[in-house]
Order: sequence, then structure tokens, then C-alpha cells
Amino acid sequence: MVKDYSILIGGAAGRGSRKAGLMIAKLFSEFGYRIFIYDEYQSLIRGGHSFSQIRASKEKILSHRKKIDFLLVLDEVTIKKHQSDLDKKGIIVYNSDEISLNNKKGVGVAIKTIVKKAGGSRIMENTALISAFAKVIGVDWKTLEGLLKREFKKFQEVNLKIARIAFESSPNLLKIKKLKQKVFPLLTGNEATALGMVKAGLDLYIAYPMTPASGILHYLAEHKREFKIAVTQLENETGIVNAGIGAAYSGARTAVGTSGGGFALMTEGLSLAVQNETPLVIIESQRMSPATGVPTYTGQGDLLFTLTAGHGDIVKFVIAPGDADEACFWAGKILNLSWKYQTPSILLIDKEVSESTFSFDKNILGKIRYEKPLLWDRKGDYLRYKRTKNGISPLAFPGEKNVIIKANSYEHDEFGITVEEAEEIKKMQDKRLRKFEEMKRETEKLPAVNIFGKKTAKKAIIAWGSTKGPAKEVAEKLGIKMIQPVIIEPFPEKQIKEALKGVKKIILIETNGLAQMEKVLNCYGIKVNKKILKYDARPFLPKEIEENLSRF
Amino acid sequence: MTDKNLKLDTYAKNTWCPGCGNFGILTALKQAIFSLIKQGTPKENIVVVSGIGCGSKIIDYLNLNSFSALHGRPVISGEGIKLGNPDLEVIVSVGDGGVYNEGIAHLIHAAKRNSDITVLVHDNRSFALTTSQFTATSPKGFKGRSTPFGNIEEPFNPLKLMLASKATFIARGYSFKIEHLKNLIIKGVQHKGFSFIEILQPCVSFFDTTQFYNERVYELEEDNLASEKEALEKIKEWNYNTDKSRIPIGVFYEIQKPTYEEQLLKGLIPSKRERIINLDFLINLIKN
Repeated sequence: MVKDYSILIGGAAGRGSRKAGLMIAKLFSEFGYRIFIYDEYQSLIRGGHSFSQIRASKEKILSHRKKIDFLLVLDEVTIKKHQSDLDKKGIIVYNSDEISLNNKKGVGVAIKTIVKKAGGSRIMENTALISAFAKVIGVDWKTLEGLLKREFKKFQEVNLKIARIAFESSPNLLKIKKLKQKVFPLLTGNEATALGMVKAGLDLYIAYPMTPASGILHYLAEHKREFKIAVTQLENETGIVNAGIGAAYSGARTAVGTSGGGFALMTEGLSLAVQNETPLVIIESQRMSPATGVPTYTGQGDLLFTLTAGHGDIVKFVIAPGDADEACFWAGKILNLSWKYQTPSILLIDKEVSESTFSFDKNILGKIRYEKPLLWDRKGDYLRYKRTKNGISPLAFPGEKNVIIKANSYEHDEFGITVEEAEEIKKMQDKRLRKFEEMKRETEKLPAVNIFGKKTAKKAIIAWGSTKGPAKEVAEKLGIKMIQPVIIEPFPEKQIKEALKGVKKIILIETNGLAQMEKVLNCYGIKVNKKILKYDARPFLPKEIEENLSRF
Repeated sequence: MTDKNLKLDTYAKNTWCPGCGNFGILTALKQAIFSLIKQGTPKENIVVVSGIGCGSKIIDYLNLNSFSALHGRPVISGEGIKLGNPDLEVIVSVGDGGVYNEGIAHLIHAAKRNSDITVLVHDNRSFALTTSQFTATSPKGFKGRSTPFGNIEEPFNPLKLMLASKATFIARGYSFKIEHLKNLIIKGVQHKGFSFIEILQPCVSFFDTTQFYNERVYELEEDNLASEKEALEKIKEWNYNTDKSRIPIGVFYEIQKPTYEEQLLKGLIPSKRERIINLDFLINLIKN
């Protein structure tokens, strides 16, 4: 068998299939495999159908595969929905207390009976299922036991008892090969984003719950004492953005997080942060469709909204990382950039980056550091909005002796007093515009555009954000070029045009209906030849891209 | 402290109408700040936050740290400033339109969480800078440019709202009782927790209530301040709609409770924390 496995575990919400999926991924991860987990769940607490689709491969992969090698089944619905995707050689491990299956390749496990026998509760049925599966694929008891001990600090004894019974009563059908590769930790994009910001010196995180960004809030709230940072939830997104700007004015490196709907409420604050030149990182994790849309599913429909958000001439960064490694790196970088240029910035991700689980390259953390912003040198009179050559004025924070720090949302003079005279207004606008020119230069110096696949190919895919994953895989397989703009504002025009040298055909791939990136590219005179768009709230699968490409 | 440090005026030209209630508030605030600085509050630790409207221009006239927030957001921006550095003394100067209309949610939640900031509401009971429209405290029948035939809504009583929202310091002042107002501001700033000071302020151009207030305003006897029941009785004396009752000013309610910032931050000062984080610690944390 190829060293690229696809495992699906499913059940009704509340039965713990997500946690079980993560544990299966950890088993493979310990064997040296690189992991990607796609989690699909509905906007409900109990019932419905949730599943985790795990891909374990020798190579680093960033998307899941439709074909399933192992189908792990807690309930009837899972069989009905996913059986057709099972590979001819695939194996089903199923709950034989709930389902009767007439399938030679099926391994029935009486999980309800086992759990009852061991004196456990219903949620522990997962433990039985995972343990049976571990036996089927040839994971040794010691490895399984070690994992369960780490995962279950509570109810450890009963879980181990369940595991032992399920393990012993199941057959071994094959032997998964251990790979001689370093083991990578598994992280969601949200966790990686949080870590990147923490490494870059995040002081305060404020949010209002909104899927799929809430994971950042949860992770930082859980670890705030270890990180020695402040984390809090406030009354609404309007409040959060305005509190965040206040905190940054006090000198606290602050980030806020939300999805499209919350970001809509934050746009007034985005404008304020530009005008009063206050650094603030806004994380926008997209979900599909306008308004409430499809809350727990993915999409890339907020690109144009984030690019044009804010009233007035807006000076900001928009950066769209495509996986956990990139999310970590750029979350750290964007915090530093915001503080360097004293302006707001948006980290644009989506559900696919936020909530998918990735094998994380921990070396990324070593590349992120706290970069000191331009601080006042305590010489002469302090002017908060001093007009400098590059437009960046030294920062000072309230509490600094003999200094007055005035942050103003009205147009203002260098000291921060409101002005309405034409000349004064133009001077201050010019100062901010000079800063934007500086930001453009900085962007071209950063790795703002990634290139994958065959670098000399005449055919190129352009994909951004989470679509990077499947697009990269296809490009590498088919020997075509793949170009991923990561910084989108200021647009890395030079780098993109360099990447497009020699390219005769451009195919744009993104998960929205209006081909929003095409409009951005058009602004810089780049013409797209073909578009592959998907907007059913599911991410692209490499196979879908491949099939579409074959038609062009 | 040199005289230069105590200079509270700026070079900004004052644009308020002659006779505006805001002059009284500015004078009282300056005197209160002067007194607070003399009593030991470092000038550099004071931040005045304001929003949009005539009263909010006050920060241009004060040689102090200041933050001009968006309309309706001074309270929450002020809370953010306090959260970033809890050593700061945050005084929020807002208008009734901003705080009772646009940003009402922030006021309620700030009171509920007992954020240690002081909110001064310049309540002229109308939108004035936008040339006269009704706000949440305009009386029924108020004739503004959006209600030429009279406002059909009854006003609410902001003090009653603040009592229900669990504010720990509730007071009302009058812009032309400057000494009284000065003392209220000092008490409010010195109160540990959320301080709400409603300031009745005539708008000489669009809603001149000077004579109305002069005839009705009287100073409360400030006793039993911890009694919610007694506070409510005093608060209910005037409902912002009638011209038949007297109008009490002074402190209505004051209790002590742990503040939001001390409970959340537990001594941490986000803006002054050690920012270099150990790499091994992070790697160890994510090991799975």
C-alpha cells in the first residue's frame, strides 16, 4: 500500500468523533507520518452528522482526499454518507451494536457492550473504536496505551480497560509501516496563529465568540497564565475593536479575532486605527456566504471586503496565509508589521486554515521574534504625529513623564489637535501616504509570494489562502507552476510579475463565486485565462482541481 | 511639579457657543484634575477620552493625554486603555447622544463589569453639533429638526439604568454648579470601580434649559449611599420628562466591589510585560 492513507471517522455531534479523529492522527503521527485533518461539523450541539477526515502521508500534505482507506463508524448515517467513497481495498471498522453490515471487509466491534462491560460512559465508545482500529492496522498495544495515557488524564483507568478489551477482541489485518522521519506536533491553524502572535510579543487578545475564529480565543484563554498575557471576551465586535485600539494606545500589543460578520462590525475601528495611527491586528477567519452564511464551513468570499474595508483612505496590511506553518509565521510577522507602521492589519484566513489540523514545523517559531517598534528617544518636544520622511512618527505611551500623547480620530496636526484647514489636512494625509509607500517597499522585501511546482512551466495556477493546499499538491503532481500571493495589501506587484515571467496561461482557483482574486489581479494588469471556482462551503480536493484542469 | 507641568490649556481655539454648559464642565474638570495632581496623581497617568459632539471637543482644550474615540465608543475605548495599562487614570467625557444612543451597550457592560474608569456624561439632552435632533434623554414633545412636530418617545432615566446595570458609583451634577461638579469628579475618579457622573448641561443654541435647571436643581443629602433602595427613590424624583419635580444632584449611590481590571489582570500590566518568550517553553507546550 502507498504511504498515503485516508481515514474517516464519523458520528452524530456530541459523540466525540473529532477527538477520536485527532487521536487516530496522533497514532500515525507517532509513526512519522505527516497529517492533515479536515473536520466537518454542523451548527448544532447534539445530533446531525460530524466527521473527521484524516490524511496520513510520508510527504507533507495540506488537504484531505475523497477516497477512504479506513472508514470508522459510530452510527448508521456515517455508513450511508461515506461508504461510496471507500476504496476497493478499504476497510470499515464499525459499531456492531448499532449497525449490521454485510461487508467482507468490515470489522465489527461491539463498542456499546465493551463500554458497558468496563463500566464506562457512552462518550468512551470512541476509545473502543480507536483501539479496535489500532489493532486492525497493526499498531502495537504499547504505542496505543501510551497515547491513551497522555490523552486521558481523567477516567484513564476505565478508558484503558475499554481499550484493552476492544484491542484484544479485534483482528489484525495489516501492518502500517513506521516511517523513519521526525515526529511533528499536530496543531490547528488557530493554535498556530495564536502561537505566532505570542512569540512576537502579543500582550492582549480580545474577541467575541464567532466560528471559525473562536479557537484562537479558546487556546489563548486556556494558556494565558503560561504566556503571561491578558485574554478577554467583551460585549460585541464593535466594542472589541475599539477597546483593542485603546489598549494599543496604552502600549499593549493587541489582537482581535472574528469572522466576516464580526469583521463587518469592526470596520469603523479599522478606520479609526488608520487615522489615529494605532497598531492593531485583526484576524478574519472566513466562512461561506453573506450574512450568517454557513457558520461552520469554509469559504474565501471576504477577500474584496477586507481589502476595501474602512472609510477614508485606508493604509493597512492584508495577509492571507494558507496553512498552519504560514499562519504561525505571518501572525507573528503581521503583529510586528502593525507596530512598525502603526497601522491596522488583517490576517485573512478561513475555516479550512483555522480548524484543520496540520503537522506543524516547529522551526517556524524560531523565525518569529519580538521586533521593537520605533519608540520616542526622549529628546526634544514630543509630537505624536511628527511628520517624518518615511511617515512613521516615534511612539510614546501614556504614563511617560513630561509628554502629552494625543490620539485623534479627527484629522489633526502633529501634536494631535483637531484641524480643518486644507493645508494641514493634506500634510497629515501625505504623512500617512508616505508610510504606505514604505509599507509597499517592505512588502517587496518579504516573501510575499510563494512559488511551488515546476518553476519553468508555462501554465500557472494562482491560488491564495487555504486553496494553496490542494492547488500545490496538483501543481507538483502535474508539473505546472503554482503561485500563491500571501501578502495581498500592499499588493506585491513586482514579485507577482516576476513569478509570472514566461507564464502563458493563468488559471485562478479560489473558493468564492465572484472570482475575487481575479479583480485584484486585474488592478495590476494581470489577466486570468481560466477560473476554477467552488462555493459550496467545502474546500477544494486535489482531485477536483486535477479534473477541472484536464478540461482546459 | 513646575508650572509648565500644570499648564492644562492648549493652543486650540475654543469653538463652543458663548454661555455653553460645556464651559462649566471644562472648568470643573480642570479644577478636579488640578486637585488630583496636587494630591499625588501623576499628570502623565491621566488620560481623557472623548467621542464626537460639542462636549467631546474638550480634549483639544486640555493639555493632557487624550484619545478621541469614534462616536459612541469612548467608554469601551477607555476600558481598553485601562486594560492596556491599569495604572492609568481614565476619564471618559461623552455626550448623551454618543453614550445613551449610539454606544449604550458599552455603557451598560462597563458598569456591569465594574471597569475602573470614570464616565462624565455631558447631557444636554439633544444632539447639538448636528444642529438639534432628539436623544434618549430628550423629553417627549422635544422639537428638533428630525421631530418638527415633537418627539414621540419618552426619555429614559440614565441613573436608573446605571443602577440596574450595577454601576458602583452613580452621581449627577450640573454644569453651572462648578464647585459641586468639581468635587463629584474628584470623588468619581477616586472611587475604585466604575464611576458614572451624569452632568446636566444646557445647550444655549438649541435646548436652553439654564433657567429650568436653575429653578429645580438642589443638592442631595448624601447618606446611606450603599442602599440601592434609597438610591432608587432619589433617582426617581425626576424622570427627565416632567417639569413638575425638583432635580436632585450629588452622589446617589456608592459601593465597593472588586474591579474588572484587578480580577482579570491580577497585577499584570499588559503594556509593560516581558515580551521575550522562551522558544523551548513553546515547543514543549505543543509537543503531542
